[in-house]
Amino acid sequence: MRRFGDPEGLVFHRSLGVFGCPGLRKDVLLVSLCVEVIATRDLVKTYGAASAVAGFDLDVAAGECVALLGPNGAGKTTTVEILEGLRVRSGGSVTVLGQDPQNAERAWRARIGVVTQLATDLQFATVGEAVDHFARGYPTPRSRHETLELVGLREQAGQRVATLSGGQRRRLDVALGIVGRPELLFLDEPTTGFDPGARRTFWGVVQALREERTTIVLTTHYLDEADTLADRIVIIAHGRKVADTEPHELRSRVPRDAVVRWRDDQGVHELATSSPTAAIARLGAEFDGEIPGLEVTRPSLEEAYLELLGDIA
Amino acid sequence: MTVLALSWRRVVFEIRTTLRDRNAVIFSMLFPLFLLVLFGSVFGHQEIANTRVTIAAYLVPGLVASGLLYSAFQLLAISATQERRDGTLTRFYLSPMPRSVYFVGKLGLSVFVYIVQIALLIAAARALFAVRLPSGGGWWTLTWVSVLGLASSALLGLAMSTGAKTVNSASAITVPVVLFFQFTSGVYFVYTDLPQWMQRLAAIFPLKWLAQALRSVFLPARFGHFEAAGTFELARCAQILGLWVLIAVVLAGRTFRWRPASQ
Repeated sequence: MRRFGDPEGLVFHRSLGVFGCPGLRKDVLLVSLCVEVIATRDLVKTYGAASAVAGFDLDVAAGECVALLGPNGAGKTTTVEILEGLRVRSGGSVTVLGQDPQNAERAWRARIGVVTQLATDLQFATVGEAVDHFARGYPTPRSRHETLELVGLREQAGQRVATLSGGQRRRLDVALGIVGRPELLFLDEPTTGFDPGARRTFWGVVQALREERTTIVLTTHYLDEADTLADRIVIIAHGRKVADTEPHELRSRVPRDAVVRWRDDQGVHELATSSPTAAIARLGAEFDGEIPGLEVTRPSLEEAYLELLGDIA
Repeated sequence: MTVLALSWRRVVFEIRTTLRDRNAVIFSMLFPLFLLVLFGSVFGHQEIANTRVTIAAYLVPGLVASGLLYSAFQLLAISATQERRDGTLTRFYLSPMPRSVYFVGKLGLSVFVYIVQIALLIAAARALFAVRLPSGGGWWTLTWVSVLGLASSALLGLAMSTGAKTVNSASAITVPVVLFFQFTSGVYFVYTDLPQWMQRLAAIFPLKWLAQALRSVFLPARFGHFEAAGTFELARCAQILGLWVLIAVVLAGRTFRWRPASQ
């Protein structure tokens, strides 16, 4: 794991003439200088005898998009709610934008944006009214136009919130989360219950925010979502960190053998092999033409993920 | 924006969005008017024992007091419970808006609903039952009684919302509470006709004093003789209602929660 602030984590960028984290780009440097936005050490949250978060370290650098991935009840939401200042931790240390969220004041709140799970408020307001209303609390908010453009709700500005579809409603929640130009945005399971089209649209919104260099912490139980959106995936299970890795590293943790599947009179056959082309050539000769039900699959990210969770269960 | 400007915008936002909720408009704003027409149509024009005051006129102060309970205590207990469930309070807590803006918005909504309610009620009482309007000093009494009554019952409503887990339980708790106080505080029955123990119990709570002060506004001065103490005791009413505002501030301040109870 890259650990910003550790001298070993820094490399000299000849073109920029500075020390910085690996993969530093000039435009990122200007905005962020690799500043640590979130740093938690040994974070603990207990409810009576049960522990929801059991010793959790997390570092997030400016401009990063980090996905907290884990099954339901893993402690993802509890963790982000502590980072947002919504819950009080039982132990450990937490710094978010240089402050302890538990004692944060208005100026700190103006620098973060939060999209919580399942908000159903504002039913009788219009989309535009809701955005204008919450914009007023921030020192330098985006305009209604810019905000709605970003989340793709410009045409719905005059529409009642109650009449929005599920996907549109969540995009309104994002609009209210970003209207204050936050440096750090929390998205808590933003696409749960979406149809595939709505998820794609939503991912587009998150990618637009990433291009604006907003630091994003996303919780999700969808692996493809973490894979598409995040620079880094932190896997949580039973309140502990199981993995902290880049998506391609996660994929490389499973054996690279491909699986060749085909069918004959006896049923479906499966062959795990490191040389699928040779296997198919052999089968092609055997069947004298088309191989019935031929399929070649590579281990997916999902399998890597399930394997990791399987290890700790 | 200043806190004052934010608070004003919040009040406007609360009123505008509440007015779009037709059920809220019909039930909370027209209810006292509805009761007046109902009671009044049955025996409104009867005179109370040679006093030249009709039963409809006698009902008006009690209905104003009821309207105050609906627009402050009941409305806020139920809406704050709902807003704790639907994410309004969480959104507010996480935003850089000062927390006080939420409370001012709620109080502003109560004041607005109350004014609409009693304006309709008084207009109907005058048009349908020829009830006389308060005199000059009466308007002043009506103002301070309303301010103290709204402040205490709105804050008690917010405090109560923390105890209720769901909107259904909030209305299940507040409706009988409101009814109990209406019956024991002389809103629907003549207070002095009630058993002694009930009078003593009701005298601890604000509604009895609220209704008593409102009778001084809407009934002729000689009706003071019918009160338990033989007068309307306006100074006492002000003291007790003021004390209840303080109790309500402490209770709401100590119990109000921005988050639903941990699951």
